[in-house]
Amino acid sequence: MNKKQNVTIKGTKDGLTLHLDDSCSYEDLKKELNHKLTESSRSNEDRLISVLVHTGNRYLSKAQEEELKELIRQKKNLVVESIRSNVLTKVEAEKLKQDDEIISVAKIIRSGQVLEVPGDLLLIGDVNPGGTVKAGGNIFILGALKGIAHAGYNGDKNAVISASVMKPTQLRISDSITRAPDENMEEGKREMECAYIDDENQITIDRLQVLMHLRPNISKLQGGF
Amino acid sequence: MGEAIVITSGKGGVGKTTTSANIGTALALQGKRVCLVDTDIGLRNLDVVMGLENRIIYDLVDVLEGRCKVQQALVKDKRFDDLLYLLPAAQTSDKNAVSAEQMKTLIDKLKQDYDYIIIDCPAGIEQGYRNAVAGATKAIVVTTPEVSAVRDADRIIGLLEKEEHVESPNLIINRIRPHLMKNGDMLDVEEITQHLSINLIGIVADDDQVIKASNHGEPIAMNPNNVASVAYRNIARRILGESVPLQQLQEENKGVFTKIKKFFGVK
Ligand SMILES: Nc1ncnc2c1ncn2[C@@H]1O[C@H](COP(=O)(O)OP(=O)(O)OP(=O)(O)O)[C@@H](O)[C@H]1O
Ligand SMILES: [Mg+2]
Repeated sequence: MNKKQNVTIKGTKDGLTLHLDDSCSYEDLKKELNHKLTESSRSNEDRLISVLVHTGNRYLSKAQEEELKELIRQKKNLVVESIRSNVLTKVEAEKLKQDDEIISVAKIIRSGQVLEVPGDLLLIGDVNPGGTVKAGGNIFILGALKGIAHAGYNGDKNAVISASVMKPTQLRISDSITRAPDENMEEGKREMECAYIDDENQITIDRLQVLMHLRPNISKLQGGF
Repeated sequence: MGEAIVITSGKGGVGKTTTSANIGTALALQGKRVCLVDTDIGLRNLDVVMGLENRIIYDLVDVLEGRCKVQQALVKDKRFDDLLYLLPAAQTSDKNAVSAEQMKTLIDKLKQDYDYIIIDCPAGIEQGYRNAVAGATKAIVVTTPEVSAVRDADRIIGLLEKEEHVESPNLIINRIRPHLMKNGDMLDVEEITQHLSINLIGIVADDDQVIKASNHGEPIAMNPNNVASVAYRNIARRILGESVPLQQLQEENKGVFTKIKKFFGVK
């Protein structure tokens, strides 16, 4: 019997990479993985080794991913850094697409109302005091922001908030919060501005034009002009 | 088929009842058949402002619970010849004695007999508000030039915009004090209108005569020579589709020079 390798282990400068074959059964894969890891476990080393797992075209359910992680973790000094696969479920793919989409809404968000989108938000209208807009990504407001805006609410620290008139009661990006300054800023200065998390992990407000330097990835236009 | 307009505000005490009484009166003065409906159950006072309290026999809850016919509960305003009626709120019942469906059925019925049904809404956003809005097809939001009142107006407008049977609401800014606005100590008309971004249907000055008139049970709109009365009459005309320019509210003592200029017709 020509026995094919289901698990190949490679050492890299960052740790180990495990390539898991995607044509054998999951059970066989588990068995071989367990066997190989036990064999090559160097228990005399006390340094933690990070492990990257590639599953090729095999789709692993969350439960299976957990099981493999657990199996690898049991080998003393191995830590799973991440599990990578070439395949996504439809749901995951749709979520990815959503997270990448700009949703435009023409509306005034009034006191007591909350507007929430998974990706970027383009609001054509105002956010009044007491109103809230939330986005998984960036928030662009073609109107006055007088209420609360929360960009990157799933943890994206690179998310930005921009508004034609920036007079928020509160700005939130990822888990950072800043509130409006108590003294009234001079009028006129509060036009076409953007808010982002700076190097010191603080929410900063600046001219809109700084964004193209700070967040070049914000452009979704592909190719040249 | 008549039109049912709910007068609402969110915040209490900004002038819903005063507005209801005066718009109703002003519409009747224009020859329209008007029915005022007080939905502020437990805290009725539209009847007092209209001077009709002592003629009440049955009320809204009596009608809805079948103790009397609508016609029996309607109080006629004798100052008008068969044009102005009031359906009073119950003073004793619980707000939850009434449901939104019941109110809608009642208002639909009244629409057959009247040109305008003016519904005075209680403060707040609970059951009383829902009952008042249930039968309405139009809405007027009343606010004063104060930040808290404007905030509540914004909240109410958001709720009204969700009601598919109600057209986009109109705004009344009540109790304007021109000198405070001019000094920037009060939000100004344009600021409020822009902020709420709905159609402004009228502005009403703060005037002691309004309070006096209400206390005498004779709405100020009856008096042809008062600044607030003119405001309510203008609003009634706008409801009827006329285009009437906004009142210029200015301070009383404008100085001799302006008076002279005015005398000679110089702008
Ligand atoms: N334009 C005005 N000028 C002076 N006083 C006014 C004006 N409008 C209303 N008021 C006074 O303000 C007080 C409150 O008015 P009103 O009862 O109409 O308010 P409301 O919104 O119906 O209150 P509630 O929420 O309790 O039902 C009354 O004393 C009334 O006379
Ligand atoms: Mg009232």
